[in-house]
Amino acid sequence: MSVCKNERTVFPSIRVAPQKSKAFVPYAGDESFFILPKEWIGLSKGRFGIHGGQYVPEILMNALIELEQAYERYKNDPDFTTELDDLLRNYAGRPSMLYYAEKMTKDLGGAKIYLKREDLNHTGSHKINNVLGQALLAKRMGKTRLIAETGAGQHGVATATAAALMGMECEIFMGKEDTERQALNVYRMELLGAKVHPVSTGTQTLKDAVNEAMREWTRRISDTHYVLGSAVGPHPFPTIVRDFQKIIGQEVKRQLAEKEGRLPDVVMACVGGGSNAIGIFHDFIDDESVRLIGCEAAGRGIDTGSTAATMTIGSVGIFHGMKSYFCQDEYGQIAPVYSISAGLDYPGVGPEHAGLRDRGRAEYVPVTDDEAVEAFEYLSRTEGIIPAIESAHAVAYAMKIAPELGRDKILVICLSGRGDKDVASIARYRGVQINEQA
Amino acid sequence: MSRLERAFSRGKAFIPFITAGDPSMTVTEQLIYTMYEAGADLIEVGIPFSDPVAEGPVIQAADERALASGVTVDDVFAMMQRVRNKCDVPVALMTYVNPVATYGTDRFMMNCSKAGIDAVIVPDVPFEERDELLPYCRKHGITLISMIAPTSGERIRMIAAEAEGFVYCVSSLGVTGIRERIGYEAGEMIKAVKAVKDIPCAIGFGISTPEQAAELAVWGDGIIVGSAVVKIVEEYGENCVGHVAEYVRRMKAAISG
Ligand SMILES: Cc1ncc(COP(=O)(O)O)c(C=O)c1O
Repeated sequence: MSVCKNERTVFPSIRVAPQKSKAFVPYAGDESFFILPKEWIGLSKGRFGIHGGQYVPEILMNALIELEQAYERYKNDPDFTTELDDLLRNYAGRPSMLYYAEKMTKDLGGAKIYLKREDLNHTGSHKINNVLGQALLAKRMGKTRLIAETGAGQHGVATATAAALMGMECEIFMGKEDTERQALNVYRMELLGAKVHPVSTGTQTLKDAVNEAMREWTRRISDTHYVLGSAVGPHPFPTIVRDFQKIIGQEVKRQLAEKEGRLPDVVMACVGGGSNAIGIFHDFIDDESVRLIGCEAAGRGIDTGSTAATMTIGSVGIFHGMKSYFCQDEYGQIAPVYSISAGLDYPGVGPEHAGLRDRGRAEYVPVTDDEAVEAFEYLSRTEGIIPAIESAHAVAYAMKIAPELGRDKILVICLSGRGDKDVASIARYRGVQINEQA
Repeated sequence: MSRLERAFSRGKAFIPFITAGDPSMTVTEQLIYTMYEAGADLIEVGIPFSDPVAEGPVIQAADERALASGVTVDDVFAMMQRVRNKCDVPVALMTYVNPVATYGTDRFMMNCSKAGIDAVIVPDVPFEERDELLPYCRKHGITLISMIAPTSGERIRMIAAEAEGFVYCVSSLGVTGIRERIGYEAGEMIKAVKAVKDIPCAIGFGISTPEQAAELAVWGDGIIVGSAVVKIVEEYGENCVGHVAEYVRRMKAAISG
């Protein structure tokens, strides 16, 4: 909240020149888009610079207001925070370890590399941090049913897990293509008692799963909470998700102070919608010496048209309830995007990241499928850790820059999830047949 | 009297919705003339969008068909320009906010004005975000339509107080589509609007039969029908015009009864 407030006084003077792109025509219209009128500031909420806001149908507005009020009420309520803290420790396994990747460090011959092991959380990724927070909040709000979108299936699994734990109904929307490339996670969700709806509209991936979950929420609001899985969507979601994920960065800061007695030089994470990245970045935003790097999915390459590198090729738009950067054409039609990683295969990015980029506080870089798969295999062999293909995007960029950084530098990678779910699709990528049928 | 005011001055208004470019821009243009002759008081023309989040399957499919045929916002403006040269039918554009913002809100509203469009309906811009559009609508003389929903509650007073043209009353939860029964909260919602401001209220979302329309028309000043019209377009394609006209005639008669 305080972030939005501080920035409010600043943004009337901010003008953003969208990055030039080859594949997509950048913003072609008038400048008015990039300047917020003064009188507007009182009404529009959840701004990060010009980004954010609440662009949803009227039918959802009271649900968002109710959610915001509940969140404001409970976020500092000792009963709530104690219960959440207990769940995070005793159920999810926090704090997650900060592991010094010695072999990788020596092999690359540059900066000292630490891995923040979100892959060791219960359900295998950072998604559980946000889900436990939101599910607990939903319960306090008297909701009995959770719905969610999922890409890789990790957020769906986490939501189904929390629903099972708290005795709530659960329905998950997942692009049909993703149900095929992440079939294991579909079965996991069903084991946990959730109903999985394959979404066969549009590109049949994460974006369409969000569309369908939003439609479902407008059908049934009174008993249902929509557990958004990334730091995207209309206010208050980007703020709530960030607050539930910022524990990642807070732990890193404390753990590194214990191990090294200082701040890191570089903190990096993969960016789909941006929840694990904002989670690890947030506590370092005011520490100007710390470089923040978000790694997005370039797919087959940023010039190929088969990419999901929103910050690199996208332009400012308004979609899924927020103003931010999106992959889109000159008429504002959302572009079909592609990445080998279902969790990064999204045409937008969270508004707080868009704001950090506009301010020049964080960098966002594209990483291709090939680079990510190589990093996936490299980390498996070098450290005995199989990362999620999403997280492998951050590992890949670390492999690029670590050798160029001095040995006195410290680099922390958010290992957002584990790679069990990806083993079959990486085998397919490598042309290896895996057949478990007896 | 403005074209928009005239739409609500001929008894209960019948307001059909079609997606521009479904199945082609030529058919869309023909549909506008024919529906107007058949008794439509205001025509809602949808700009197809890749991700129509407030739309049910019928209109989603129409958007997909239109986009597949390569329709752009500029084509819609060009078509509307031709319509305006020939007739004075009141027209409201329905669009999501991204096609407007990306085109440039100022330029978009200027082109609306040049093409003789009377109003815009933008379902993903709620009251709190209306300054994204309102200053540019005002500058170019385009009416920005406000929406209320069964979940709006106390918000109705705030929204109604600043509404212009007419108020779009979303009559049921969920997305657009055809429904058997429609929440009868519509009457209550409209009462709340009229307590604040004397402004026409049109009811939409889920209406398909003349019986439903007649029943709801008692409460409101107009009836908006989208999916049922688009379904006829889907069924008959290039030959839909006569069938749609027949439907419009029946609906207008039902609500005038
Ligand atoms: C392991 C893992 N990392 C990262 C992501 C990307 O999401 P975000 O950018 O919100 O962290 C996902 C999404 O499914 C994921 O499963």
